Amino acid sequence: MILIGERINGMFKDIAQAILNRDPGVIEYWAKRQTDNGAHYLDINTGPAVTKEDQPAVMEWLTKVAQSVSPLPCCLDSANPDAIEAGLKVHRGRAIINSTTADKWKMEIYFPMAVKYNAYLIGLTMNEKGVPKSAGDRIALAMELVVGAELHNFPIEDLIIDPLVLPANVAQEHGPEVIEALRQIKILTDPPPRTIVGLSNVSQRCAERSLLNRTYLVMCMAAGLDYAIVNMDDEMLVDAAAAAEVLLNQNIYCDAFLKTFRKR
Amino acid sequence: MAFTVLKEKWAGNVVEMVIGQGAGAVKVGGENTLPFLHFEGEIPNAPVAALEVWDMEPPDWPGVLASPFAGVMSDPSAWAVKCVDYGADLICLRLAGAHPDNKDSSPAEAVAVASEVAGAVNIPIMVIGCGVEEKDAEVLPAVAEALAGKNALLGCATINNYKAIAAACVLHGHNVIATSPLDINLAKQLNILINELNMPVNRIAMDPLVGALGYGIEYAYSIMERARLSALSGDKMLAMPVVCFVGQEAWKSKEAKAEDSDEWGAQARRAILWEVVTATSLVQSGGAVLVLRHPESLRQFKIHVAAMMKEVSS
Repeated sequence: MILIGERINGMFKDIAQAILNRDPGVIEYWAKRQTDNGAHYLDINTGPAVTKEDQPAVMEWLTKVAQSVSPLPCCLDSANPDAIEAGLKVHRGRAIINSTTADKWKMEIYFPMAVKYNAYLIGLTMNEKGVPKSAGDRIALAMELVVGAELHNFPIEDLIIDPLVLPANVAQEHGPEVIEALRQIKILTDPPPRTIVGLSNVSQRCAERSLLNRTYLVMCMAAGLDYAIVNMDDEMLVDAAAAAEVLLNQNIYCDAFLKTFRKR
Repeated sequence: MAFTVLKEKWAGNVVEMVIGQGAGAVKVGGENTLPFLHFEGEIPNAPVAALEVWDMEPPDWPGVLASPFAGVMSDPSAWAVKCVDYGADLICLRLAGAHPDNKDSSPAEAVAVASEVAGAVNIPIMVIGCGVEEKDAEVLPAVAEALAGKNALLGCATINNYKAIAAACVLHGHNVIATSPLDINLAKQLNILINELNMPVNRIAMDPLVGALGYGIEYAYSIMERARLSALSGDKMLAMPVVCFVGQEAWKSKEAKAEDSDEWGAQARRAILWEVVTATSLVQSGGAVLVLRHPESLRQFKIHVAAMMKEVSS
């Protein structure tokens, strides 16, 4: 299970403030803290407060600051291709581009970009019509992403498909559909694409957020989830991922399995 | 139509261990694919073979095994020199005399033998205790200190005595063998515990406790295979080279001990085959250091490995 720390995101007030003041301290703090907690990647998102024109410069700055204190690669998260490319230009290691949709015009931007920078690419199972409700419709869009990858000679195993998790309080019926979609994505091709969810979205504005997150993570892992963007401060969430890996026989059991999961 | 060889892309590799020092040093491990799949990955080092030398005359070695060492078995350093002549890559000194049921020799006596043997040969040396956990925890740290700087391979450390043995190896610059009887979970845990004593992962070797052909070899084989697949998939705590004590198992078998007979043929040929086939099977699941007893087994094993290490040109 690959965990991506969600915290360097302008959606959070302290990050938004740090971006506004170009204060590297807060960014460094979260880069280090998530690294110490066992993250494998750092998500980098400029957030809603930054104007489209400023996004490339902010993305570049966030990526540089985060990687100045952490050895981890980043998951460059933006709806603006210029911002993503600005991050890729200064990124050290192999980045994840977050993300393209299944729209043709977007795939024509992002697949060549991912090939050029040797990056992984997240593909969302949505298009201009929005997020589909059923697993079947998600899979149809996943297939379009797979075809997009093949058209651009992009390795299928570097394509990371996100079946889009929605909050349990307002879109409860999506919960099992995402799980079924994960299962089916894994049998689309051989080798199959990888899979990812933005986990915290499942509990947006809900009570007992940590419990919902942990439970859903484990359910998704059993269905074939490879990556998750998560709150790395939730120690028991990381424990749950470690336990699920053992129970799914993905990692050989030893008494220190919680520790070895974090040390990878 | 063009034929494309399907290749597995592994995320991890076996760590590379150096045993000994200078020109005589031996390297094991380092591969990033399954044994001998040269087309798929890098296999920088071949499996190596050690011959056993004891600090006392082994009481139960059959004549066909003892005869190649006639005249030297009461003198460990002369015995070790003989093993070098036979072509051993390493000497495996077994301190059987420290066993309370044998001579119950002291740490000081063990140190004397180990120093003498280490001084007599210019190939790397392994030193193995008597197998009694408490006694090994006294003897092996003393040997580690006496052989400081030799970069030897000492063992075996168990879950009950690893602290004393591994700490001494860290302190005096040796590699350590972590042993766990046919238990992959314990093997991984022990590697973690030893690593936490500041022992780098490339100085830990694993002994899964192998069985001889016909005597449970398949259990060890599958455990080694599972550990290796996990190591190549990125599990660093199972990515250590594996040591197989083949001679001690093969020469316990009825097939090796039974004398010449019409039905089973000549003992020497049969016993050596038993040891060779056990060893050549175990290298197929990742054995890196094979500890043998008979020099003819060593010779045949090395011919086999040399052939397996040749890359077939396409």
